[in-house]
Amino acid sequence: MTVVATRIRPDYLARHAERLPRLLAGLTVGQPVGLNAHERAFGQLPLAAGEGRSRSVRAKASRLIDVVERSGLTGRGGAGFPTGRKLRSVAAGPGPAVVVANGAEGEPASRKDHLLLSRMPHLVMDGIALAAFAVGATEAYLAVHDEDDRLLASLEAAAQSRIVAGIDQVPIQIVGTDSRYVASEQTAIVQYINGGPGLPTFTPRRTHERGVANRPTAVNNVETLAHLALIARYGDNWFREVGQPSSPGTTLVTVSGAIARPGVFEIELGTTIGEVMMLAGGPVERPQAVLTGGYFGTWLPAEVAWPVPMSHAGLRSVGGAMGAGILFVLPESSCGLAETARVIRYLAGETAGQCGPCVFGLPALADALADLAYHGCRGDAADRIGGLIPLIEGRGACRHPDGATQLAASALSAFGRDAQWHDERGPCYGVRFPPMLPVPGDAEYW
Amino acid sequence: MSQHLRVNPIMCTGHGMCAELLPEFITLDPWGYPIVPDEPVPDELKGLARRAAAACPTLALLIDRRRD
Repeated sequence: MTVVATRIRPDYLARHAERLPRLLAGLTVGQPVGLNAHERAFGQLPLAAGEGRSRSVRAKASRLIDVVERSGLTGRGGAGFPTGRKLRSVAAGPGPAVVVANGAEGEPASRKDHLLLSRMPHLVMDGIALAAFAVGATEAYLAVHDEDDRLLASLEAAAQSRIVAGIDQVPIQIVGTDSRYVASEQTAIVQYINGGPGLPTFTPRRTHERGVANRPTAVNNVETLAHLALIARYGDNWFREVGQPSSPGTTLVTVSGAIARPGVFEIELGTTIGEVMMLAGGPVERPQAVLTGGYFGTWLPAEVAWPVPMSHAGLRSVGGAMGAGILFVLPESSCGLAETARVIRYLAGETAGQCGPCVFGLPALADALADLAYHGCRGDAADRIGGLIPLIEGRGACRHPDGATQLAASALSAFGRDAQWHDERGPCYGVRFPPMLPVPGDAEYW
Repeated sequence: MSQHLRVNPIMCTGHGMCAELLPEFITLDPWGYPIVPDEPVPDELKGLARRAAAACPTLALLIDRRRD
């Protein structure tokens, strides 16, 4: 198998260095960027000072939403919903609104939100202040995992320094949520802030209509808010200068796996996966497949993935997923089925325990995948998996079961030949190598 | 006006009353949770569908009335 590198522009690295970074422009080594350094790098927060909801304040808020709509910014948490439209509908909702910044990065293979929050908290908080201004919010929350004490403390300090400096009209409250996978789902965060358990709720309750305290609530990913902070400063035309006309701007991606320089990178939307890999130092071994979009995402064979542009439309066109910008490179020596089996086992353990098809279906799916990956030789494991998927898909309150079945189905198609080998002759050599995908609490399972 | 059945998956604990009362329309998965087809309830089953929804011990079976 050869990796086709046709769509890697030869001058890509030079172009990249010329136009970026944007979000990460103020990044310094080791320390979070303080308020003064932040204002030196990006300038002051362009927020109209004004009390209450007077007419001129409302007009300014509406103009801010206009700029966001024209910029074409979409949510960076995974769903890719147009941010301007979300803010508009929350602003139009009845009563005072609430803004929630979602920094409870549930994806074990994603580090971008953590990077932003731990190193550039004020860029995110500027975004929260702007979103609160745009929708006329009287409360603002920033949700992060409660197990990360250092991050919580540094965010508290950052929020405090903004209050002292008199920047935020709405004080930002830091909320520590559960660190489980489903706790970062937006209805779960809203329920947690409302005093309930951090678990997803049944969907007809839409957060932009009735969220925190039954008020219209804008839940945005922290990277989306950081982009908002830049768009408010430099304008929509500036935002659209990079990226693609249909998906403008930059995005953060987390690259890991068999790659020379794993980490978080800022890229223009529309950059091909091959180019991102080049940015990350290139593969250290011949790549077999790429996991796109995280643990609710899809596997793509390497030769399919390499020329695909990183955008929601680009990845969808080959059956991939943008998700929160996660790319994991599986080397040829590893077994994709074994990796998938481990991740599905993890996701089965991460069920909120609310819906039967998820509670019982995901462990059954994990068993079937583990049988295929580590035992094989039964000739029916692939059929078993194929039969389970429709019994699980779409039958939960949130998309947790659907994400898991999508990953399992994509593994069967991307590693189809390997699955046949496992089923007929037993495990391949790849299962002898140590697993690569990060799974919290791994030792409990294997 | 057509009727669709819908299950609130959080409320449902798999008593199986619905499939008992309306086997023509509702089947159970291997774990005992109802599988409800996403199509209108046939006219002759509408009364039984109402009874099944009323009999659900956790009130998880919902009837959606949709304008055609």
